[in-house]
Amino acid sequence: MHKISDPILTVENMSVEFPTLSGVVTAVRNVSFTVGREKVGIIGESGSGKSTTGRAVMRLQPPQAIVKANRMQFEDVDLLTATEDQMLSVRGRRIAMILQDPKYSLNPVMTVGEQISETVILHEKVSRKEARARTISMLERVKIRDPQRVFDLYPHEVSGGMGQRIMISMMLIASPSLIIADEPTSALDVTVRQQVLSILDELVVERNIGLIFVSHDLNLVRSFCDRVIIMYAGRIVETIAAADLDNAQHPYTRGLLNALPSLDHPRDRLEVLRRDPKWLEN
Amino acid sequence: MTQNSSFTSLHNWLINEEFTSTRQARLHKMYVAWLSLLANPLAFTGFLVVLSLIVVAILAPAITSYDPYSQDLSRALQPLSWQHWFGTDEFGRDVYTRLVYGARTTLYISILVTIIVAPIGFLIGATAGYLGGWVDIVLMRITDIFLSFPSLVLALAFSASLGPGIENAVIAIALTVWPPIARLARAETLTFRNADFVVAAELQGAGMIRILVRHIVPLCAPSVVVRLTLNMSSIILTAAGLGFLGLGAQPPMPEWGAMAASGRQYLLDAWWLTTIPGVAILTVSLAFNLLGDGLRDILDPRNA
Amino acid sequence: MSMITVEHLAVSYGSGDTLSRVVQDVSFEVARGEAFGLVGESGCGKSTVLGALAGRNKQWTGSIVIDGETIGQKRSKSQLAKQQMVFQDPFGSIHPRHTIGRTLLEPLEIHGKDRRQERVEKALSDVGLPQNFRYRFPHQLSGGQRQRVAIARALILEPSILLLDEPTSALDVSIQAEILNLLKDLRERETLTYILVSHDLAVVAHLCDRVAVMQDGGFVEIADKRQLTEDKVTHPYTRTLVDGSRGYVHHNLRADADHALSSLEQPPVRLTS
Repeated sequence: MHKISDPILTVENMSVEFPTLSGVVTAVRNVSFTVGREKVGIIGESGSGKSTTGRAVMRLQPPQAIVKANRMQFEDVDLLTATEDQMLSVRGRRIAMILQDPKYSLNPVMTVGEQISETVILHEKVSRKEARARTISMLERVKIRDPQRVFDLYPHEVSGGMGQRIMISMMLIASPSLIIADEPTSALDVTVRQQVLSILDELVVERNIGLIFVSHDLNLVRSFCDRVIIMYAGRIVETIAAADLDNAQHPYTRGLLNALPSLDHPRDRLEVLRRDPKWLEN
Repeated sequence: MTQNSSFTSLHNWLINEEFTSTRQARLHKMYVAWLSLLANPLAFTGFLVVLSLIVVAILAPAITSYDPYSQDLSRALQPLSWQHWFGTDEFGRDVYTRLVYGARTTLYISILVTIIVAPIGFLIGATAGYLGGWVDIVLMRITDIFLSFPSLVLALAFSASLGPGIENAVIAIALTVWPPIARLARAETLTFRNADFVVAAELQGAGMIRILVRHIVPLCAPSVVVRLTLNMSSIILTAAGLGFLGLGAQPPMPEWGAMAASGRQYLLDAWWLTTIPGVAILTVSLAFNLLGDGLRDILDPRNA
Repeated sequence: MSMITVEHLAVSYGSGDTLSRVVQDVSFEVARGEAFGLVGESGCGKSTVLGALAGRNKQWTGSIVIDGETIGQKRSKSQLAKQQMVFQDPFGSIHPRHTIGRTLLEPLEIHGKDRRQERVEKALSDVGLPQNFRYRFPHQLSGGQRQRVAIARALILEPSILLLDEPTSALDVSIQAEILNLLKDLRERETLTYILVSHDLAVVAHLCDRVAVMQDGGFVEIADKRQLTEDKVTHPYTRTLVDGSRGYVHHNLRADADHALSSLEQPPVRLTS
């Protein structure tokens, strides 16, 4: 655990609305949180607004979405008033994002090595040879055996876990101070998940940066992250340290915890979550 | 006011998704499709034109005052006038009347071709897609053979060998129209062949016919319907082409293509003989195209 | 009394050059009323075993005996009715253009059953859905409701065995709990035999009495529920899965991560079926 010094990201009272044919849909409502040099998990079920929150921080929501907030500050950049040009220099460079399926994030017609080299050249403006050397070392850094061979592979020839590690390596070339990971290991097997997360963990610790981990997997988030934010119907219902999760106060959090089947606490029946409409009032 | 509110309450009942009967569920689907059609102005225009064509064809005797067949050489080649809205042809027959009766011929050919082509094309394509293996190979190679001929050439060849006449023209045109339908049906069948709901039905003992008819047809139907509608224009044009060349509808039967053909020799003096049927062919083809495009938007499951 | 006896089952896909044996050689027995789990990672062959039992995969060798009857590659309607499958994807397992009532009536029509309306009504109430859902289309239902329909469809032919292929993997945690409870209740009420396939060990251990752990087409261990909950499993691979079900394990980041990777690294090119 690290000392949480100045927050890298501060979000105050953010809302994201989508105009639809039947009226305005509020995907995220009055959400406030900070992220320091720590791993923060955002947990929620489908429709909770967790992915929308992650994307709104990067200003990656669809053009018709309306984002409102009192404050959205990333280090020295005011995310609310930044121009698209300014955001272009922030995205990928200072805030990096990892998505669920590397297949959709990697260009299928370029080899893995070419893509990473492109990123290097884009960010550091070095020669091709130099970029290749950097790429090989980044691949080694994410514990890929035989990086020379992997350099020449195409994305479809690479397994899921390796694809994610490649995404991580691409992302870290630019030395971001904040990583937003949206279900990065949901498509991976249990053993591979452990590898990928340990690389992510190591890199976050080593570089002393912040990580937002968006997921529906409560067990994973509570074991991986330092703090957990629980979202329901677009709102934050609870923010708590991962270690304290068993003492969670909000009935939704408790309901989620009790609804999970667990090897360590076998039960005859799982507690069914009873949604209280009071949770929707704010 | 009561009229208005009874419409609104009917609308609300149809829009409501809380169904209480299978009939309501079906009517709801149809009503929603109708509303989408209304929302698409081009498609709706196409639909209105096609509807007018059908109405005109049905009401032909009621909306014309001349006999399409009676000749009066003293009144030949008269230009547009109040007595003859579209003038007269070389035999003194009223062009407007022949145009309206010609609509019947056009509709007859188009509908007949569609009725023949849809089930045959679908059956061949869906069977090939469902069974796969050598059945697929054989059926698709046959389809390819038909597909590789330009349609007008093929229609001409069949028409010429079968002899002139409208029924033979229908058969000839049908033989050129079925291959794309078969390919489409096969492609759609392949998409759904291994879907869980098909596998579930198979695991419950459903045979091939049941699966094709009950499961695959409802999913293929939208693309096939759209394809057929878009094909209408080429059916009409092919029929017109055959008529133009003396095959297909035989004189004195009014048919737009034949009318345009026989008017060619008088083009400079009596432009209306070729132009008017030509414009009719153009309008109806365009209308079917617009309608087909609109149907694609409505029926495409990806848009649902 | 054994409901299902499988001996030396091997299942393959493709032929000639593309022949791949996904299930190598598995043997197991499931007693009447027992819930048997198959757990493993992607590509291990667990869904394929289920498919062979269901009659979905026909390219298998070995012997399958269901309720005393030896099963061949081709099955009769009454043989098919003995075991029914519940699929993983609630969005794909029901025909999108059929109403729920139509979906439930179809198996009854195929098997020529009587009192059809009554059976449909019973099926809906057994899975806790209101009667007016019969007239709805699948897109009007939530994932959890669709999965209930899938279970209702599986039960309507009154099978003795339910084959469940990751039935809750696509559902939210809270909905998963409801479906798992429903499955448990149904099993007790109707004395059903279950075979449950999942990658989630916690789900499998919750519902099943015994669990077979699969890797690369074979069983590495068959553990019972107590072994799993009391952490008394024998095979190291099972232990990895048990640890993994608890979430992320913090290691001494340098040394242990290297060690973990070297013992578990998958070959880079992997074709999953």
